[in-house]
Amino acid sequence: MWIPLSYACWGISIVLALWMLYDWFKVDTTYSEEVLTSSREGELEAVSEKHRI
Amino acid sequence: MTVALDNTTTIHGDRVSLLRVLGPAHVWALGVGIVLVGEFTGWNFAADKGGALAALIVCWLVGLLYTSVAMIDSEVTSTVAAAGGQYAQAKHIVGPLMAFNVALFLVFAYTMLEVSDAILLGDTIVAKAGVEGLTHNSFIAATIVVLAWLNYRGVLMTLNVNFVITAIAYISIVILFFSVSPWTQGAVLKLNELVTPSNALPYGWIGVIAAFQFGIWYYLGIEGTTQAAEEVRSPARSLPYGTMAGMITLLIAAAMTWYVCASMMPWEYLGITYYPLWDAGKLTGSPLLENLLFIATLLAALASANGCINDAARAWFSLGRDRYLPSWFSAVHPRYRTPYRSILFLLPIALAFAFIADLNQAITFSILSGVLQYTFMSINIMMFRKKWPLGSIRRGYTHPFHPLPAIVLFCLCVVTFFAIFLGFGSQLIAMTIFYFLISLWFHFYRYKFVRRGDQFTMPWPKPQGY
Repeated sequence: MWIPLSYACWGISIVLALWMLYDWFKVDTTYSEEVLTSSREGELEAVSEKHRI
Repeated sequence: MTVALDNTTTIHGDRVSLLRVLGPAHVWALGVGIVLVGEFTGWNFAADKGGALAALIVCWLVGLLYTSVAMIDSEVTSTVAAAGGQYAQAKHIVGPLMAFNVALFLVFAYTMLEVSDAILLGDTIVAKAGVEGLTHNSFIAATIVVLAWLNYRGVLMTLNVNFVITAIAYISIVILFFSVSPWTQGAVLKLNELVTPSNALPYGWIGVIAAFQFGIWYYLGIEGTTQAAEEVRSPARSLPYGTMAGMITLLIAAAMTWYVCASMMPWEYLGITYYPLWDAGKLTGSPLLENLLFIATLLAALASANGCINDAARAWFSLGRDRYLPSWFSAVHPRYRTPYRSILFLLPIALAFAFIADLNQAITFSILSGVLQYTFMSINIMMFRKKWPLGSIRRGYTHPFHPLPAIVLFCLCVVTFFAIFLGFGSQLIAMTIFYFLISLWFHFYRYKFVRRGDQFTMPWPKPQGY
């Protein structure tokens, strides 16, 4: 049981790694770099929670 | 070809940000999930350093250290609610060079802990299987890749999974505790026979100090809750609740674990086994408990690695967002809203360390980076209270007895550094030199790429004295 499980682990790892690489390529070629790196620290906080004392 | 974003948040319009979907239970799952593996292995090496009683003494003293960490962290992070946690705190309160170092402490601490978790999981399965020719490599690869995939696909599912598996692992400790009749001695537990005045502290008080090195394992990683700051719905409420509840949970788990293990195994064995709780399950003679503790050991390692991937990726992502590293790392997945490039970048690094490093080296690097970070936190809170006193800015939580927790934290960190120096002096010196050299690189080369005005984002008044 353990040896087949070991092979299954290799198989799952390879499939998921390839899927992530494919998705990474797809996202990077679909969206512009400006959009992908547009996150800004603190903006959510500034908008959703007003800073009052 | 590029297309406009069609799946935007209601808050940000065309900007892609991390999703704010988490609650206090997820914060608890992140913190306790990272830490709980320390009850299943790691803390018990403190017994090898100083005996069973030393392991108990450091359980409480290191508990004090981490309670201070949790209180200080809760106050600062309920105010500086940004991904990167202590990195964002350091950036706003101390300065960029400190922040860069703190982010590296975080990435090292969590990546090395993830590596240790994966090695532990692989070794545990190989030990259970007892099959000749079976190695741990496939299980290590599956652990790291599957959890990276889970993190890639979204933070909500990642921490929902962590909540379930952490809860199962925790309940297994509670079941073991009540299964051995903790209220009676002699039937299963034999504490008064195994821990006697002659063997309680076999190396005296220097053994207690040496035990600090592994006592850290009882709670290592609870401060990781702050990395979720940008993804919780209400950071000012959820982060202090989740972190403090996590700390209370862990104090109870640590006490139960020590009591059961020290009452069932002699300190000479307890100090060298890799599976103290699984061994305790075996010693009860119940196959059900043995298998439950075996599964719980695997789940605890999985939960810890899962939380570590989450936290290391966010610290790396934050460095990219402020251009402390190339801004390429600050990309957010437009569909899953995760820092996908940071997750993918750290994946092969974790795999490489897991295949070539041994468990002791990985653990030591993780602990060292963690203690460096705690030392910073004691200084950070003093500066925070001085620059922005109570009443000057809104705090979600205000920790009591200031500056006592900061002083206690600093003193206990000094003791822990000494303990690490006793056991792993060369690694301590090597890491210090590494951080010094990387600081020079940041100061003289990298900082010129940073947009200096953009990195300070908190809407605070000017600090006192400026």
